[in-house]
Amino acid sequence: MSSTFDTIANIIAETCDIPRESIKPESHAINDLGIDSLDFLDIAFAIDKAFGIKLPLEQWTQEVNDGKATTDQYFVLKNLSARIDELVAAKGA
Amino acid sequence: MRLEYFQLIDRIVELDLSGRTIKAEATVPTASTIFEGHFPGYPLMPGVLLIETMAQTSGWLVVAINNFTRMPFLAAVKDAKLRTFVTPGQVLSVTAELTHDGSGYAMTEAHIKANGKAICDATLTFSVMAFPNPEMEKRMRATAALINFPTGAPANG
Repeated sequence: MSSTFDTIANIIAETCDIPRESIKPESHAINDLGIDSLDFLDIAFAIDKAFGIKLPLEQWTQEVNDGKATTDQYFVLKNLSARIDELVAAKGA
Repeated sequence: MRLEYFQLIDRIVELDLSGRTIKAEATVPTASTIFEGHFPGYPLMPGVLLIETMAQTSGWLVVAINNFTRMPFLAAVKDAKLRTFVTPGQVLSVTAELTHDGSGYAMTEAHIKANGKAICDATLTFSVMAFPNPEMEKRMRATAALINFPTGAPANG
């Protein structure tokens, strides 16, 4: 069974045509991988489908815009993986 | 269709909020300056306007599902297929299904048929956000009234 990170990395590699080996847990989706907001919608769609969740992108964006969170908290892939694990756990609770 | 106002659908004929589907009708005008250029001597409905027709139909579905609190903006068009020519005067049946209701975005599958024959189809992505200003919402509500948008429909069907 692949980890959450592996699933996300595979989705990003396939969706954005980025070499899988260049996608690391420490990679920032925007700053390091150069994923723009439109491509991220495709990634969010694939993540929503793969995990049966709804990534709260609007809430995250608002928190970043309000200075209550940094993009690192949501878009560094190891952190994104942790957020997804939380959402999956909350769904099953 | 009122091409000069970029109103590509004439009326909504079915809206199923629980099934997340919509059906609209649109009659291609018999005359328009657009046909003078597309194409001279051989008038055809431009494919980009067929895509816009699917986008507007999908958009009204997203508006309805969000109970007129959010506005969809077309963000991506995938797998668009323009299967046959559309000529002035043709009556089009436009359908769309919401395939994913994401956070701040939505995806639909849309189709156009004429006399039961497939005309075109596409997968569409929309950014969904609050109305940018009250004037836009007001005008969208006015357009909704023109196309038989079922105002007052419950959001959960």
